[in-house]
Amino acid sequence: MPPVANTIVSILFDGLAWAMFLFIISVGLSVTMGLMGVVNLAHGAFAMAGGYLVITATASWGVPFLPSLLIAFVAVGLVSVLLERSLYSQLYGASELDQVLLTIGLTFMVIAVYTYFYGPQPQSIHVPSYLLGELHLGDRSFPTYRVFLIAVGAALVAALWYGFEGTKIGAMIRAAVDNRRMAQSVGINVDRLFTITFAVGSGLAALGGGLAIQLLGLTPSFAVIYLVFFLLVVAVGGSGSIWGTLAGALVLGISDTAGKYLFADAGSFVIYAVAVLILLVRPAGLYGRE
Amino acid sequence: MDASRPLAPAAGRDESGAARTRALSFLARRDRYHVAEALPWIAALAAFFIFPNQMILGGQTLIMILFALSLDLILGYAGIVTLGHAAYFGLGAYAAALLITDLHWSEPISGLACAAVVAAIGGFFSGLILLRYRGLALLVLTLSTTIMLQQLGNLFRDFTGGYDGIPGINISPLFGRFDYDLYGHTYYLYCLGVLFIAFYVVRRIVYSPFGQALVGIRENVARMHALGSPVHWRLVIAYTISAAFAGIAGALFAQTNTLVTLGVFDFDQSAAVLMMLILGGAGWLYGGFVGATLYMVLQNELAKMSPEFWQFGIGAILIAVVLANRHRVFGKLVRRVRALGFGAKP
Repeated sequence: MPPVANTIVSILFDGLAWAMFLFIISVGLSVTMGLMGVVNLAHGAFAMAGGYLVITATASWGVPFLPSLLIAFVAVGLVSVLLERSLYSQLYGASELDQVLLTIGLTFMVIAVYTYFYGPQPQSIHVPSYLLGELHLGDRSFPTYRVFLIAVGAALVAALWYGFEGTKIGAMIRAAVDNRRMAQSVGINVDRLFTITFAVGSGLAALGGGLAIQLLGLTPSFAVIYLVFFLLVVAVGGSGSIWGTLAGALVLGISDTAGKYLFADAGSFVIYAVAVLILLVRPAGLYGRE
Repeated sequence: MDASRPLAPAAGRDESGAARTRALSFLARRDRYHVAEALPWIAALAAFFIFPNQMILGGQTLIMILFALSLDLILGYAGIVTLGHAAYFGLGAYAAALLITDLHWSEPISGLACAAVVAAIGGFFSGLILLRYRGLALLVLTLSTTIMLQQLGNLFRDFTGGYDGIPGINISPLFGRFDYDLYGHTYYLYCLGVLFIAFYVVRRIVYSPFGQALVGIRENVARMHALGSPVHWRLVIAYTISAAFAGIAGALFAQTNTLVTLGVFDFDQSAAVLMMLILGGAGWLYGGFVGATLYMVLQNELAKMSPEFWQFGIGAILIAVVLANRHRVFGKLVRRVRALGFGAKP
């Protein structure tokens, strides 16, 4: 393969893996924001909590890697229901400032608790051997774990697409995002809908956190470091939309990877520049409504 | 805008006459100095004599009060929620630092002025764009602006020193006479003087017609548009002024700390100043005094036990403050107390 094509394939492949990670975590944030307008800055903390649960499950309880991802999804989803009922329910109709402050406060508390129990040092994880190594395709080889990440992401996109477009609850969510008051007046219980969406979204964040450890490592500050990326994806994609989140994740994931490949020094600058440019042209995001 | 309510001729003519007089006298008096307003300054001077060994912490607290005051102008009065106010603090800090290390101009007061101008220019041009946005887009854009400045600083690390920072920022004696001691006594008085002047200026701005227009924009932006108020320009000007004061705070930080790193642009810095202002209450000028002092003292004490303890505590306090403000009875009580001494509370 000529070197240029080689670089392009690398950028697309790594960018796709990075985009899938961004999508898995951000999709819950996007849909809950579209439903209730709550800016949840604690979303990164759910991802971080999921990551630590996967580490504990695999290292201390002897659970295999894949089931422990499922445990993280379910457990964090359930805990988030408690938080939603007790704390977040206070925020409906609150000012943006109150939402920002309460969720920053929650994030700090969660970071403090995890630092206390796990320490500030980065954690690593032992993934099963069939996810290590490389897959050979033509004259290129790709890291198996990233292929796995892309596959999981693609499966989730398909599942969420079916859930949104093919089921009754998906139709109810779309209706409530479009026009909450109208949805309520035809008898949709938007509060309960929100609880369910919030739980699934937080569970997915936990799943994403578990999947990310192998690539990024895990420290308690994961909750803030990557939060910026999730917010960027939601803002660029437009809140309340799965396709928007997917588009945002792909654009930012691939441009970020391209930036790091092509301009080693200014690389981390690219993702912000791209996001800002898109928002300047489309303030409500790619799929958002004005 | 509380005052606008009695002015509206809703009731019969007879009652509205009395209400009108009351409202007018309230409007005419509300910018007068209340005795209680001397309290924070007396406390700050008293602290100088009572805790002579804590003056380094004291100086840092004064700087954060100034930073919180600058945020109050746009958050508390104009109602702009930003997650990136550290950008202007950082610009000011770097301007003051580079002035000394690269241009060898070490006179402190002109250093502050230079920092204010640089931060104001940054605030003006970013504000022109940022203030067209609301909601999530504004939060993300302010946050991104700050991180982009940090990344730029890292890109030009030959010039800025990158994450290692610029060491050895030594300012020449204040007014050419007063040198700086190890215990931070001169620094403390220097910061206090700067804060006092800045506070006076901000207070004048807040009670001017311009300040009233900002409150109007916060309370009912549609009405301000309908009145023909140049909303965007008002916000840009307020943002520029706020950035200038944040820059002065940053410059004081650089001058008293002798080291500036790219850490000044961290999200934590923007979050911390927001928390300080909220702890003390936004929109009444004194929020920074109460909030920053509480924050710095608590941080100092709790972090001694363990950093996690401090982080957990500040998170819990923040949640408690939000819930208490939203509580029907308690929230009203807080607003009453704040309106008590200072007719200032808009």
